[in-house]
Amino acid sequence: MHYHWNWGIFFEMSPEGTGTYLETFVWGFGWTVATSLSAWIMALVLGCIVGVLRTTSSPWVVRIANGYVELFRNIPLIVQMFLWYFVLPELVPVGIGDWLKQLPDAAFYNAVIALGFFTSARVAEQVRAGIQSIPRGQRAAATALGLTGLQTYRYVLVPMALRIIVPPLTSEFMNVVKNSAVGLTIGLVELTGRARAMQEFSFQVFEAFTAATLAYVLITISIVLLMRWLERRVAIPGFIARAGAAH
Amino acid sequence: MFSDFDFDVIQRSLPYLFKEGMTFTLTITFTAMSAGIVFGTLLALMRLSPFRPLATVAGAYVNLIRSLPLVLVIFWFYFLVPWIGQWITGAERPVLVGPYLSSFITFTLFEAAFYCEIMRAGIQSIPRNQVAAGYALGLTYGQTMRTVVLPQAFRNMLPILLTQTIVLFQDTSLVYVLSISDFLGAAAKVAQRDGRLVEMYLFVAVVYFIMSYGASYYVKRLQTRLAVPR
Amino acid sequence: MAMIEIRHVSKWYGEFQVLSDCSTEVNQGDVVVVCGPSGSGKSTLIKCVNGLEPFQQGEVIVDNISVGDPKTRLPALRARIGMVFQNFELFPHMTVLDNLNLAQIKVLGRDLAAAQERSRALLKRVGLEAQAPKHPGQLSGGQQQRVAIARALAMDPIAMLFDEPTSALDPEMINEVLEVMVALANEGMTMMVVTHEMGFARQVADRVIFMDEGRIVEDATRDEFFGSPRSERAQQFLSKILRH
Repeated sequence: MHYHWNWGIFFEMSPEGTGTYLETFVWGFGWTVATSLSAWIMALVLGCIVGVLRTTSSPWVVRIANGYVELFRNIPLIVQMFLWYFVLPELVPVGIGDWLKQLPDAAFYNAVIALGFFTSARVAEQVRAGIQSIPRGQRAAATALGLTGLQTYRYVLVPMALRIIVPPLTSEFMNVVKNSAVGLTIGLVELTGRARAMQEFSFQVFEAFTAATLAYVLITISIVLLMRWLERRVAIPGFIARAGAAH
Repeated sequence: MFSDFDFDVIQRSLPYLFKEGMTFTLTITFTAMSAGIVFGTLLALMRLSPFRPLATVAGAYVNLIRSLPLVLVIFWFYFLVPWIGQWITGAERPVLVGPYLSSFITFTLFEAAFYCEIMRAGIQSIPRNQVAAGYALGLTYGQTMRTVVLPQAFRNMLPILLTQTIVLFQDTSLVYVLSISDFLGAAAKVAQRDGRLVEMYLFVAVVYFIMSYGASYYVKRLQTRLAVPR
Repeated sequence: MAMIEIRHVSKWYGEFQVLSDCSTEVNQGDVVVVCGPSGSGKSTLIKCVNGLEPFQQGEVIVDNISVGDPKTRLPALRARIGMVFQNFELFPHMTVLDNLNLAQIKVLGRDLAAAQERSRALLKRVGLEAQAPKHPGQLSGGQQQRVAIARALAMDPIAMLFDEPTSALDPEMINEVLEVMVALANEGMTMMVVTHEMGFARQVADRVIFMDEGRIVEDATRDEFFGSPRSERAQQFLSKILRH
């Protein structure tokens, strides 16, 4: 028995009644991009805050921030999605729970929140490492100029740390896109979910998965190019990491 | 809010959750780890090979796998492996493989790409003169790699390999999409049968947390112990 | 009038005592050089003056304000004390000009135009006006340290602290930095300088402090110190340093 290739399948109508298979793919692509970008922004903001907190001098703040990172890093993403989607509405007061369950696009919001928290823990780890790789004298110099702790982070430590961690952030950015596919387990109709649906309806397995694969490769290449451009953009003239120098 | 929390459902399903679910989860984790490290090391040697086509093929495989979601790769192999089986055995129709065997193959080949990158970094961290010293003693390429370079690379990278394995351990929960009864799958089945989603999913989260956190704590200790004597 | 007073300051890192009962003072307009072998606590002592290092016992008073008092607003006090570090510690992601502007704007509340004007005047003074748009990484070590001095001066400080300002420099760059420091001393700036540059001490120091094992062993006028150091440790130290 041979597999019957049929690339024309993409122009046939999907039985879901939302247009051709190609159109369902374009929508899936859109949801993947929307979910990934929203979660990425959330992860960057939360990750920066938690990463900074882990480098402060207050042991309690550090402990709580470390706990945050461990919590979101040591539970599988799919389980975290289930917790937000299935469990949270049952634990809050009934009124809020019912409202959560009836939200339009609930799968999207839940996927974004789950993915955002999950990724923020990994971003926080990078931000912490970035800040701690900055020579200690930088903090002392900012402090000696009369900058407050907050100003020192805002103008000196965080801008430097973010520049240093552009390469690891590139792979976290790619991870967000890839991990957004886990959203299909709570009903998010993103790219992989679309490919899976097309396989179920049309039995054209390999066309469906090839299309999804190409779309992900396209996204990956875009991210690599974007981050490379960003890296050049924020590169500091004459700066070579001073790791191990002096002291 | 925890007033009607039913601990009993957890207790009743414990044997099923662990004897069946966790056993599968750990089996696939350790299988994919062992086989993945072996294949990953081979891939790393290929990527570093001076023979260009070999390096290109290995590089393309690793980069492709690393840019795809694991869920998509699980589906890919689930449908692809039967056809490959037919092609290899020359059978009349696609070979019935089933989700269990398919998931073992998937995780091994998927993780191999990630272990490959770790081993490649490990091999590259070994000073080039170590290789030269091996050759100077009259060792062949294979002997130099096996007895000089790989043991050092493996030792240096052990904490990172183990950390990747903890990621793998968590990732195996994605076999849920093939309706396999791994730890999460088993819990999900109980949860849906008894309508006890809250209890089961919270319990699953706690168990995964304890195991992953415990393992990463152990890796951290190993890392400090390995870091000292040089 | 004493600008900086250090009274019976002691400091421990855990069990280890880094400063033992240190007392001295720096009068307005004076230049005090602090020297001693490495690990003698001289850098730690100077960092106590602007509160970069906390201390457990004693008092440090700068311009009648107690540094160790929990009620003191340290950022405001630090803004009035300039500090220059061994490794320059310019902010690598900012241009030279922005390095000088930052604290003027964020701490002193100057507007951008006023800050720019002050920054450019100071860069001109240290001979680096042309380097304003560059990043620190594009400058030589000596140039970076001169920028760092200009950055501290931009805050119009009442006193300047120097923590081994020439130790990280290649020998040929030491003089350009020392020249700036000498000019500053001659203008009447109050300065506390941790350094091994005894030529500098001979030229402009009013007093020299010698530290060893966390203690102030000698605290003498320049002529007394170079004429006849009283302690044996200081004599040994001087003979080692001056041979080079």
